[in-house]
Amino acid sequence: MNDRGRRYLKLFLSTLEISAFTFGGGYVIIPLMRKTFVSRLKWLEDSEMLDLTAIAQSAPGPIAVNAAILIGYRTGGIIGSLISILGAVLPPLVIISVISAFYQAFRSNMYVSMAMTAMSAGVAAVVIDVVITMVWDILKRKRFLPIAMMAAAFVLVRFFSVSIIAVIIAAGAVGYLGWLFEKRRRK
Amino acid sequence: MIYLELLWSFMQIGLFSIGGGYAAMPLIQHQAIDVHGWLTMQSFADIMTISQMTPGPIAINCATFVGIQVAGIPGAIIATAGCILPSSLIVTILAFIYYRFKGLEAVQSILKGLRPAVVAMIASAGLSLTAMAFCGGDTFTSDINTANVIIFLIALIILRKWRPSPMIVMAGAGIIGLAAGIIL
Repeated sequence: MNDRGRRYLKLFLSTLEISAFTFGGGYVIIPLMRKTFVSRLKWLEDSEMLDLTAIAQSAPGPIAVNAAILIGYRTGGIIGSLISILGAVLPPLVIISVISAFYQAFRSNMYVSMAMTAMSAGVAAVVIDVVITMVWDILKRKRFLPIAMMAAAFVLVRFFSVSIIAVIIAAGAVGYLGWLFEKRRRK
Repeated sequence: MIYLELLWSFMQIGLFSIGGGYAAMPLIQHQAIDVHGWLTMQSFADIMTISQMTPGPIAINCATFVGIQVAGIPGAIIATAGCILPSSLIVTILAFIYYRFKGLEAVQSILKGLRPAVVAMIASAGLSLTAMAFCGGDTFTSDINTANVIIFLIALIILRKWRPSPMIVMAGAGIIGLAAGIIL
């Protein structure tokens, strides 16, 4: 195997390993990627990793996949990004496929059902905990616009079944106008 | 065609889940339950539960789960591809802008503006999950599962106070539910 092939293989195995053993999504996975690609393999500078993180967080979609795409591209061009996407996506794809195969058969089992019912209370608590932290983050800044937007978006989505996508586009437009306004005022 | 529907649905989920992590949750709920009826509220709660305990982004886990239920392994692959297609294009464009103009100030300001709305939607999806745990549907009714309310409150207090990994909380809830079911 030549140098390039070996590099692609290493890229694939590294993203595969990170994806397979990281529980907890984007914010946990980025430090691990930094450790692998900056400290261990030395393919990237620390400052570059910070840049890539900023871009990955600015784009829509899973942050972990976005970061993998950018690192793959940076270290191996288009082929590199395809390889790192494969490495990042394969573990959840395989694991959830296996679970799905058993899900149909096991879900009706009495004991599985008992555990899953109680765990649905657990997952609700996990999500509500995250929500409390995020809402508090916005409230404690005591600025009118974000708080009003949060309240309006909640009412529209929860009680009037307004399309989520429409609300996101509208909120993005408000954010952009707010930025233009700020910029003009600063001048 | 079912494959095209899956692809298009998950492309929308990938394109509009902004801010990572739980941001995909309300969109998946909307697409898979409300629009297409691919999942029931219960199987949605189940996949969120499974997602907490397996590696990988929530959106990819859900794409695989929904895809496989609807159209087998090819469905899982197509839904996953749909999920990452928009972001791979946009991430490339953003990288270009970033290195060309040295900054993403406009993009980041839009994201900041979006944040409160995204939080509101995650809150709404979180309430649906809570209603599912308490009442077995996506709205609150008088038919309340008291055991689950107690598990929820204890889990929430533990999470707020000691900040353990969600996995531990999930496993704990499962074990308590199983033990209570066997004993009672």
